[in-house]
Amino acid sequence: MGTETRTETVKQILAEPGAPVVVFDHVKLAFDEKVILRDLSFTVIKGHTKIILGASGSGKSTALKIICGLLKADSGVVWVNGQRVDQLSELEMMPVRADLGMIFQEGALFDSLTVRENVGYKLYEETDMPLEQIDKRVGEVLGFIGLSEHINKMPSELSGGQRRRVAIARAISFRPSIMLYDEATTGLDPITATTVDEEMIKLRDLENVSSIIVTHQLRDAFYVAEHMARRDATGKVEIVPATPQKERQAEFIMLRDGLIVFEGDADTLRASPDPYIRDFLS
Amino acid sequence: MVSFIERWGKEAALEVQEYVRLTVLAFHGIFTRPIYRHDIIEQFDVIGAGSLTVVLLAGLFTGAALASQSGLTLDQFGARPVVGRLVSASMIKELGPVLTALMLTGRIGSGIAAEIGSMMVTDQINALRALGTDPIRKLVVPRVLAGIFMAPVLTVISDFIGILGGWVIARYQLQVNSGLYWSSITKGLYMQDVWMGLSKPFVFGFLIVTIACHVGLRTRGGTAGVGRSTTISVVAGSVAVIAADFFVTQIMIALFY
Repeated sequence: MGTETRTETVKQILAEPGAPVVVFDHVKLAFDEKVILRDLSFTVIKGHTKIILGASGSGKSTALKIICGLLKADSGVVWVNGQRVDQLSELEMMPVRADLGMIFQEGALFDSLTVRENVGYKLYEETDMPLEQIDKRVGEVLGFIGLSEHINKMPSELSGGQRRRVAIARAISFRPSIMLYDEATTGLDPITATTVDEEMIKLRDLENVSSIIVTHQLRDAFYVAEHMARRDATGKVEIVPATPQKERQAEFIMLRDGLIVFEGDADTLRASPDPYIRDFLS
Repeated sequence: MVSFIERWGKEAALEVQEYVRLTVLAFHGIFTRPIYRHDIIEQFDVIGAGSLTVVLLAGLFTGAALASQSGLTLDQFGARPVVGRLVSASMIKELGPVLTALMLTGRIGSGIAAEIGSMMVTDQINALRALGTDPIRKLVVPRVLAGIFMAPVLTVISDFIGILGGWVIARYQLQVNSGLYWSSITKGLYMQDVWMGLSKPFVFGFLIVTIACHVGLRTRGGTAGVGRSTTISVVAGSVAVIAADFFVTQIMIALFY
């Protein structure tokens, strides 16, 4: 099969509902003697949410970095949007990253650039898009996350929650189909964390973005899993409790020492008799 | 003890390997797309124009001190009128390039290591990669280009200011005639000296910037790590400059003298 035909086939498969957008197949990674991921396998379905829970050092963030190509697995296979990425070079990863938006712990905003420059960074630096269109898109995404008035501020002038939301705006500015959230609400107060959670829900439900959320904040994990966004008759976005069908689209994984100790939906997680999970949830 | 030596050896080999890898990728980035023009211009300004004051001051006082000191020695041989020749030869061949490079190590090397190091520990480098930007092309290539091309320019300025500082002392302290001072410089200066003085800063500029970028990109461990990287960058850069000075001098002597 030629490359073009294969690409077309992949596009057709990915266009179907229920298509796998991220696949981890027996992925292992160790730094010297320290094993981070022992044997990790999971699949993320298009438009669904995968929430990866676990204590610090359990390998959650490492999994995200492997998806984005920031780290290479020692063994195993990783597929992103129908492309095998575990053996790609840095240069070959660039087209794959064009469809991945990643939110780092603490936001990782460029501190010498304004909010406008941060949000439009990829469009300004890595595309030939005309400046007027970039500015329009930056305005759109800042409007989407409700931070339009902060467009000319520096990151140091923003609160912690605003920085995370600007990081989300930066990641969605180029319309990726998969979002990777690495501890996006850690360190935020509950009210601010909820605003960030709601951005994740809006992106998933209104923009049909597949999400992988790494966190150890149970409250936020369950909030995202058990709520959904919809537009009312006036077009206003509202966050409401998720329907049972929508709730099932949020799948939990719990990692312990680089291994999956639980995989299932929110209700199954709550009902789990496993002592470690019970301890974690309490 | 053996395991300590073995671990040290492995770590040293890894550092060398990563440094060589970085320099190869930086050179590749200079000649291939994408090129970040704005960053290149910005770095020429930061490294070149930004370092001008410190280089001028260092050059001026070095030349003046050199004239003052050498005047005392030359007096013992009744050779005070050739003080200009001694100042110019010392400044152009040795002190200008080395002192300018050491000033740049302190000002630019530390700044680059701290900036890139901070970006490393706050995940900004990973954010760049996730957004499809190669950090070497975006951060290292502009700095390497600015280092290679601005170090010689700053050295020439430093040489001239140093000779001027020497003239002030020669004229007003040593009472040497101005015409005599400047003519002794032109008579005593050979093209080999100029080549030696001009070739060194290219090497020094390259070393200072690549070492600082390498150290910055290897930063780990939060703000303490950034501080450590800054120190390593200045120390390693300074030692590299002095060591490279010796080797370049030997090569130039073998080739031109």
